Amino acid sequence: MAGAITNNSKSNSGIYAGSAHVLMLPSWLIIGFFLLIPVLLMLVYSFLTKEFRGGVIWEFSLDAYDQFFFYRGLFGDEPPVFEWTYVGIFWRSIWQAGAATIFCLIIGFPTAWFIAMRRGANKSVWLFLITIPYWVNLLIRTISMKFLIRDNGPLNEWLLWMGAINEPIHMINTNFAVQLGLFYSYLPFMVLPIYASVERYNFALSEAAADLYASHWETLRLIILPAVKPGIIAGCILVFVPSLGAFLAPDLLGGAKTFMIGSLIEEQFKGNAGNWPFGAAASMILLSMVLAMLTYYARQQSKEVS
Amino acid sequence: MASKKIDLRYFPGFLPLTYLCLFLLYAPLIIVLVYSFNDSVSITKWGGLSLRWYSDVFFGPEAPKFQTAAFNSLTIAVIAATVSTTIATLAATAMIRAGNFKGRSFGFVLINLPIMVPEIVTAVATLIFFSAIGFTTGYLTILIAHIVFCIPFAYLPIAARMQSIDNTYEQAALDLYATKFEAFKLVLLPLMAPGILSGFLLAFIISLDDFIITNFVKGAGIETLPTAIFGSVKRGIQPNIMAISTLLLLVSVVFVTLSYLVGRAGEKSK
Amino acid sequence: MKKFLLASTTAIALTLSATGAMAAGNLSIYHWFEYIPQDLLDKFAKEYDVKVTMDTFDSNEAMLAALKAGKLGSYDVSVPGDYMVEIMAKEGMLDTFERSELSNFGNIDPQWIDVGFDRGRKSSIPYQIGTTGFMVNRKAYTGDIGSLAVLFDPPAELKGKINVLDSQGEVLALASMYLNIPQCSTDRDQLKKLNDQLQKSKAAWASFGSDIAKDVLVSGDASAGMIYNGFGAKARAENADLEYAYPKEGYVFWMDNVVLLKDAPNRDNAIKFMNFLLEPENAAAVSNYAQYISGVKGAGKYFIDAVKNAPELNPPAGQKGAFIQACGQDVQKVYDTIWTNLKK
Repeated sequence: MAGAITNNSKSNSGIYAGSAHVLMLPSWLIIGFFLLIPVLLMLVYSFLTKEFRGGVIWEFSLDAYDQFFFYRGLFGDEPPVFEWTYVGIFWRSIWQAGAATIFCLIIGFPTAWFIAMRRGANKSVWLFLITIPYWVNLLIRTISMKFLIRDNGPLNEWLLWMGAINEPIHMINTNFAVQLGLFYSYLPFMVLPIYASVERYNFALSEAAADLYASHWETLRLIILPAVKPGIIAGCILVFVPSLGAFLAPDLLGGAKTFMIGSLIEEQFKGNAGNWPFGAAASMILLSMVLAMLTYYARQQSKEVS
Repeated sequence: MASKKIDLRYFPGFLPLTYLCLFLLYAPLIIVLVYSFNDSVSITKWGGLSLRWYSDVFFGPEAPKFQTAAFNSLTIAVIAATVSTTIATLAATAMIRAGNFKGRSFGFVLINLPIMVPEIVTAVATLIFFSAIGFTTGYLTILIAHIVFCIPFAYLPIAARMQSIDNTYEQAALDLYATKFEAFKLVLLPLMAPGILSGFLLAFIISLDDFIITNFVKGAGIETLPTAIFGSVKRGIQPNIMAISTLLLLVSVVFVTLSYLVGRAGEKSK
Repeated sequence: MKKFLLASTTAIALTLSATGAMAAGNLSIYHWFEYIPQDLLDKFAKEYDVKVTMDTFDSNEAMLAALKAGKLGSYDVSVPGDYMVEIMAKEGMLDTFERSELSNFGNIDPQWIDVGFDRGRKSSIPYQIGTTGFMVNRKAYTGDIGSLAVLFDPPAELKGKINVLDSQGEVLALASMYLNIPQCSTDRDQLKKLNDQLQKSKAAWASFGSDIAKDVLVSGDASAGMIYNGFGAKARAENADLEYAYPKEGYVFWMDNVVLLKDAPNRDNAIKFMNFLLEPENAAAVSNYAQYISGVKGAGKYFIDAVKNAPELNPPAGQKGAFIQACGQDVQKVYDTIWTNLKK
């Protein structure tokens, strides 16, 4: 592309190549110092002996990881068998977060598209409209949502009145409610990144496709979606990853009858369990899973860049 | 099909889904709005129309506490979102516009670290770290923690936007003897505006809503709205919270209207 | 590392007390939010010329975790529940005082002086007292509610309509009472029975939730639910069909206490504050605000009617309540497994 002919950059994507480290410095410093060091400390904690009622004793121990993977009976003295409990909790959280991400994408993409097609200052107004509900605290929003979808709540009454249903739909305390909780917690985090990408979409590409007899939906699938892929991926990361550790909204709507990853870990620090090494170990397992996923994505991105 | 002139911007079904999106976002807020005018102390039973919770917010005995909490929340959110958006914009420029440099993958992981670690772990670890280095918890510790976890929320939309912009514009500027800084400031940044605004808004709402981390790193005498709201479980959630929420919505609507008017005036003057 | 942490916390404490010395006097409270009226804090501040700052927490365990993670040394007093006083004392987080330091010590209701979690009241004074039981919507179920069976082996009308508190301590304590098992029992058969009973009961439960315990009952989403009595009184005020039960097997008694924290930067003011809270009039002010009864003798005559007359707040004579016990490490480990089994 054009970059090849400029004299002050070697590759076509490295305009600011010389300044890369300077540009990265603020984020490296602040996250490296105030988060990476504490997280490394937690990594160390996961290999220490637990102190009763929270805290750690500085002696090396693999108990936390052992507890995660092996079950030794109610009293801890039976021969070890593989522990499905925590793997199950992880699997369920991944599944719920995945479903919520898909819901967010199905509703978020058309919304982002719609906003990007507005003109001028209207676009910013629409962006604000998407984020304004989030000025209200999560707890309050979720309690109101719970009120709305109750068996005899306004939504059911309205649907009954409309004649759309014959008896109330039972939504509260179901899997659907859990996903709704996650979906509702993170919807703007899907819409805004997609919007930022779609807004740049060049309709000349659509016209070219139409000239070549591509149908409307073929254009969407083959031309538009690949062009705005960065926004979609960013949105999916921003919904999926935080959803994995979230529990407040899904618990309130879903009834909290089963642990999510987030509530399991929370229980180790803020509940009766007070088992910090186990909480740290479960976090590190979660962290390495997400890390593997993001590293894969970063590799792909690097390939595209170079 | 192809003979028929079709609007390339229009997809059937997109508009209903947009309406559904708005409905889902706003329906619960109608409940909040309605119950803020409830005369009863209940947040689920209607007891007649009243403004008592609004007077409670302004003149009640607990009013100063909630007002300070709201002030803290808003100032922290504005500062944290501004700083993290700036940091994220610089980082995105390096990640997307500086080729494949040493530490690039590590940089990507580091920037996204705040969303990968469960909040409670960040909270406990950060508090341990702050006490270990002798930082007294207070406003500043909340602010630092918020800046850190807002960065990925600002970074991802900004980076997505930058990936969608071809670098030919900056190249053209450089060919016309602009410096790199000028190309960045005068060409790239204006094109980036929608991405930066998106990043800022996400960082802002994530900071405004944070409870778990704030609860641990705040110090004596400093409350934010979420810690105040979650803390009130001992007495049950009072409808004055509904009134505060409605007032916050009002503030945000005024803010948006103003920005719209300013934006339109700007467009007209062009 | 531990020494380093300790040294740095002391450093923080020193900095705090240094800044404290500049003002007329300071008091730093670690407290539940919205559990003490602002008027009362202002009154104390004015009477003793002390600047009061308050930090808040949302659960006993969260407070413990925050103190462990490094906040100890920055507060003077805190307000833990009964079993948490014992835990904190064992962790070495509490300072002791002499009875002579508190001129109002005699105001403590004698029955709350020799309590199991702090024999003879060496580092704590009673604050608010309540019970944890359950409420039933009498429109949904008209039968007998005088037994914990309503929660653990519910009648058909209530199946799938029960909310329980999302709190291991309370659920396991009530279940133990139902099965007539001593709390913190080390007997294996009894623990197995407890585990089996909860597995069985869970099938009839709709949800676990503490923050929303009152609202689900008021709105009718739940027809029965575990609840703190103070919340129960409020729930009944909003929905008259609700009735608070005092089950025959027993119920949970809880008591919040003001404790003197170790390394308190302003110990003198902390003592003054505790003494202040032992004045019947001041103790009653907290009760009237939070709607729980007080452990201070003579506070009753200052109670407003809503506190004085609420059936939820005044258990009938002859009923047996028990504090939640802080179990030893081995039993707690089994409890954790039972709880995880319940929520997996």
